[in-house]
Amino acid sequence: MPDLLPFNVSGAFTRMGDQAYFFRSFVRNLFDRDFEWEEFLRQSYQIGYKSIGICALTGFILGIVLTLQSTPTLKDFGAETFIPGMVAISIIREIGPVITALICAGKTASRIGAELGSMNVTEQIDAMEVSGANPIKFLVVTRILACMIMIPMLTILADAMALLGGYAASALSAEITLQLYFTKAISNLEFSDIIPAVIKTILFGFSIGFVGCYKGFHSTRGTESVGQAANSAVVTASIWIVIIDAIVVQVTGSILYA
Amino acid sequence: MEHVIEIKELKKSFGENDVLKGIGLNVSRGENVVIMGRSGEGKSVTIKCIAGLLTPDSGSLKVMGDEVKELAEDGLKKMRRKLGFVFQGAALYDSMTVRENLAFPLKKVLKMKDREEIERTCREVLEAVGLNDTLEKLPSELSGGMRKRVGLARTLIVKPEIILYDEPTTGLDSITSKEISNLILEMRKKYKTTSVIITHDLSCAQITGDRILILKDGVFAAEGTYEELENSSDEFVRSFFK
Ligand SMILES: Nc1ncnc2c1ncn2[C@@H]1O[C@H](COP(=O)(O)OP(=O)(O)OP(=O)(O)O)[C@@H](O)[C@H]1O
Ligand SMILES: [Mg+2]
Repeated sequence: MPDLLPFNVSGAFTRMGDQAYFFRSFVRNLFDRDFEWEEFLRQSYQIGYKSIGICALTGFILGIVLTLQSTPTLKDFGAETFIPGMVAISIIREIGPVITALICAGKTASRIGAELGSMNVTEQIDAMEVSGANPIKFLVVTRILACMIMIPMLTILADAMALLGGYAASALSAEITLQLYFTKAISNLEFSDIIPAVIKTILFGFSIGFVGCYKGFHSTRGTESVGQAANSAVVTASIWIVIIDAIVVQVTGSILYA
Repeated sequence: MEHVIEIKELKKSFGENDVLKGIGLNVSRGENVVIMGRSGEGKSVTIKCIAGLLTPDSGSLKVMGDEVKELAEDGLKKMRRKLGFVFQGAALYDSMTVRENLAFPLKKVLKMKDREEIERTCREVLEAVGLNDTLEKLPSELSGGMRKRVGLARTLIVKPEIILYDEPTTGLDSITSKEISNLILEMRKKYKTTSVIITHDLSCAQITGDRILILKDGVFAAEGTYEELENSSDEFVRSFFK
């Protein structure tokens, strides 16, 4: 392409084209007959099980912090009884999904980017392709689907731990049983709180898997590009997450509250 | 004579870097063709074009009668089932053990299901490349030469009709290297394999090559048998054989 356009513009369009093409190959291979169960389970283990600790801990601490910080303000209004409900809504609608996704962007997108990037650089992906096996089916479909399933599960875990943290913090200052706390928390929740959260987390999972795989597959030659792939996977996935968050909130908001 | 590989006026460049400037090559069924040339001349690029891993800029490249760049996904897949590629850097899947590496093409390409058959085939082919007792190991636990041989085994295991070898003996001791060269000949005897072999190793070129081509400045500068090129009048060509 001639230099009529500034480099970034034409570069950005090329990348968008590449991504669309990559997405198309993902979708085409998604519905292929023999699914790679073994690799899918291995990835689910890597993505889900290995992040349980960090997601649970972060959720728990956020629950405590959120409760401790909002208690004085609500007390001034004599509205302490709303604390469990308020914590539950903010955790389940926003904080739980976004924080879990950002943690996974840092942990999983970078791992996938680096792994596939080094497979690309050392010609393992070429080797797979030339052997007649299908690298998109084996490497990409399994990873993206594992992300789309495991990241919502991690979000549920983080949400539950955050409520538990909220309870722990509430129990410090007021007499309240776990059962009462959870009843209060849940009774405030509505269907319209949960639906956007679920849609969001699945899309977050998709973008983490997709960006990691895309960056890995498109790393250039040379070992330093592996680091670059991992790094830009984290950055890009994080940006996607906040953008998706804003869009889903807008769209579901206008549908559910119309 | 039937040509399984037919290349005409093939050109490939990367940006400003013109690597292949119109090469031509015909390979008949069962023939072993050796390509030599200095580092960076485009030998690997040539065979990557044959395998459809790189798309040439212009020219024609037919494998078993089909123009490679015109093949749709399915056609390319079909062609690749008959084609083997031994990578310069072995390209072993490094999250898998040697056994899993070898079983991968059996399961995914040949759709072999029987566990015992897979196991037996893996052992046989490992033995053929002179490796035993490495089935459980990860690629990172192997030496460079061992990795190379596992890579070779992984290609041979599906018994392709055409095999493209990218420096199959580089980095191996002279005894192993001769064994590998003989294995390449044996593959042809047993399975009528056609081979394109890139090598810097003179003994490998001498043992395996029916015909040797020398790639220089993006074209084939010389062609002939080992003896012919060894006694060539061209100083540059002769210099490869010292
Ligand atoms: N994917 C690629 N992108 C850009 N340039 C490339 C690519 N692959 C190869 N090249 C360039 O093409 C030229 C030929 O590379 P090639 O790997 O074919 O060399 P070679 O003849 O196999 O050398 P060696 O004997 O060292 O393996 C080099 O200048 C290299 O920089
Ligand atoms: Mg090379």
